[in-house]
Amino acid sequence: MDAVLNDFDAYLRAFGFTLWLFLISGVLSLILGTFLVALRVGPVAVLRSAAATYVTVVRNTPLVIVFATFQFTAPTLWSALNFRWFDRLDISIGQFQFNQFFATAVIALTLYTSTFVCEALRSGVNSVDIGQAEAARAIGLPFGGVMTNVVLPQAFRASLPPLASVQIALIKNTSVAAVFGVAEAVYQMRSLTRDFPSQLNEIFIAFAIGYIIIVEVTSFLSNRLERRWRVA
Amino acid sequence: MRFKRSLAAFAGIGLAFSLAACGEAGTEGGGADVEAADDCEGKFDDGTQMAQWADSGEISVGVKYDQPGLGFKGAADDIPKGFDVEVAKILVADLCIDPQGDGVEWVETVSDNREPFLQQERVGLVLASYSITDDRRSVVGQTGPYMITGQQLLVPADSDIESIDELQGQEVCSVTGSTSIDRINEKGAKGVGFDSYSECVQKVMDGTVDGMSTDGSILAGFAAENEGELSVVGDEFSEERIGVGYQPGNTETCEWINETLTTAYDEGTWAEAFEGTLGPSGVETPEPPELDDCQTF
Repeated sequence: MDAVLNDFDAYLRAFGFTLWLFLISGVLSLILGTFLVALRVGPVAVLRSAAATYVTVVRNTPLVIVFATFQFTAPTLWSALNFRWFDRLDISIGQFQFNQFFATAVIALTLYTSTFVCEALRSGVNSVDIGQAEAARAIGLPFGGVMTNVVLPQAFRASLPPLASVQIALIKNTSVAAVFGVAEAVYQMRSLTRDFPSQLNEIFIAFAIGYIIIVEVTSFLSNRLERRWRVA
Repeated sequence: MRFKRSLAAFAGIGLAFSLAACGEAGTEGGGADVEAADDCEGKFDDGTQMAQWADSGEISVGVKYDQPGLGFKGAADDIPKGFDVEVAKILVADLCIDPQGDGVEWVETVSDNREPFLQQERVGLVLASYSITDDRRSVVGQTGPYMITGQQLLVPADSDIESIDELQGQEVCSVTGSTSIDRINEKGAKGVGFDSYSECVQKVMDGTVDGMSTDGSILAGFAAENEGELSVVGDEFSEERIGVGYQPGNTETCEWINETLTTAYDEGTWAEAFEGTLGPSGVETPEPPELDDCQTF
């Protein structure tokens, strides 16, 4: 355990990056996923099929390939997509410096996770009684009003457990960023296992515990939310 | 009709793949032709690992597959090539095993799995730009060095940057979890880790990062592969002693490796191996480094 404990700051900082990746892409994927589901159940046929195509393509592509597309293919097509301009913005919070690789990772994770958010929410939308939407329309609400006031709140409540699973998957998916330039937990773990091969098992356990804690906190929060939103 | 169209599509994909394979095959890296020794009868004491290898005629060696000049295996190659591989061939040949033949199993070892592969006896020897460190020596056997190299900087050929000191606060790429990244950070630049050196080179070529830094010998290999597009600059700012990894506790194996390397130094096969692999990138053949004494466990 010495390898981890001697530089515990580095361990915490690495999980800090994991958390930032999770929080930022988690929120963004919820927003984008909600937008996608609105398109998918909306009245405009072109938007419906565009959103469906997007979800089908991205959801069926392995995350590593989504990452690699943004890291290696996109910059050769259009140089602004290498996100070097993001470095010049020089965004940092405390000792966390958010660089171009972080930005690319957030985008890849958001685009990937939002498709799963969309599908989880769509199952929630399907569970909302059709009469609810019809009644909302009958009192004169436009499509946006029907969605935000009547359908989506119920859809969120109905799809909370699968949404929590999607977010938990996102926490673990952030580890893919390790091989694409982001100094998060797995990245730090690999540098420790390389420097201290004699403590291999201890290092693995220490990092597994870190992930377990983050995931457990997330599922605890989702359980509390589920209880609070339960229909009386 | 539909069948024909999909057939055409498949043919097109196949053609694309075979063209890609041709592109890969152009990498050079042949060393000296080492021939298997033929005097193994009674050469090694019974019960030693060398005797086992020589009797069975089989050995597995861990090498890198993604480092041109050191250990590299292209899509069309049967066996990897490079300086690490040539040194491995010298060792294998001394066991009366044909280095080009089926008796040698070349196993790809990435930086993360070199120690586990040795401990689990998945490979007998590791020659994979394996720098000697005390912590590694506490879990596996390491001897050598058969090469001493240091960290340098690789930049695009048209870049004005001449050393890493000019890249304060800038991102410099290397491989995830490598000691190279620590050195980059010590120098005031920001180390960024990718999964393999080739991905890192890609990031230098597409302008995402200004440079890449790791052992000079690895960089020289990439500079030679992308001649005119990339160049190695600056002085070495670290010292890496590249050695051979063997199963922990086998002092006889260590002594045999040292003897074989000494012979290769004396007979010039070591120098030939260097000239044939790293020579084309413009690196002068150095003096053979002094070998460490074998530790007794």
